Amino acid sequence: MLAMALQAVGAAFLLIAAIGVIRLPDPLQRMHSATKAGTLGTTLLLLGVMASGEVDRTASGWLPIVFLLVTLPLGAQLLARGAYLSGTPLKGLEDDPLADELHRPTERKEL
Amino acid sequence: MNGQDTFVAILGIVLALALILAGWRMVRGPSFADRFVALDMLTAIAVGFAALTALSTGRGAFLDIALGVSLMNFVATAAFAVFLERKRKEP
Repeated sequence: MLAMALQAVGAAFLLIAAIGVIRLPDPLQRMHSATKAGTLGTTLLLLGVMASGEVDRTASGWLPIVFLLVTLPLGAQLLARGAYLSGTPLKGLEDDPLADELHRPTERKEL
Repeated sequence: MNGQDTFVAILGIVLALALILAGWRMVRGPSFADRFVALDMLTAIAVGFAALTALSTGRGAFLDIALGVSLMNFVATAAFAVFLERKRKEP
């Protein structure tokens, strides 16, 4: 029962993350939805599968959980830096606190 | 088809809906950063699908496939981030 609840909540978080990727207005906000809710959903789904008792070898399920928790923030940080520096149009960036530190080109629609 | 199989099928349909939504964002764009964020989301959903396959077949080897997909996801995200940073230097 606990396993089924974990699986259902995990799949629901993945669906909510995908809805956020569709609905939010700019790349950084979409990344906010994709990384945080996506990590939580995947972790809960893997934990639910491991707790279900249906799988013969559950110990290797810990590896993707730990790996996702370590690498998804790193990847999101790299991707956010790339998105900022590439000049993608960003909403609500009137007073840019990073303007003195990093050179950001004028916004280009095609990027 | 017992209750467990029905439950796994419902979870698969939910994940397929999420896959369609993220794929729509990947096709539509509008910028490269959006597409790479959508790729991140797509691989997270693929890890979820690998876990569901492990559940429905009862084979733990599919959890190793989840690890492989997440490894590829990190390398691809890092490479695409460097690509985005280099795009800026062009006129």
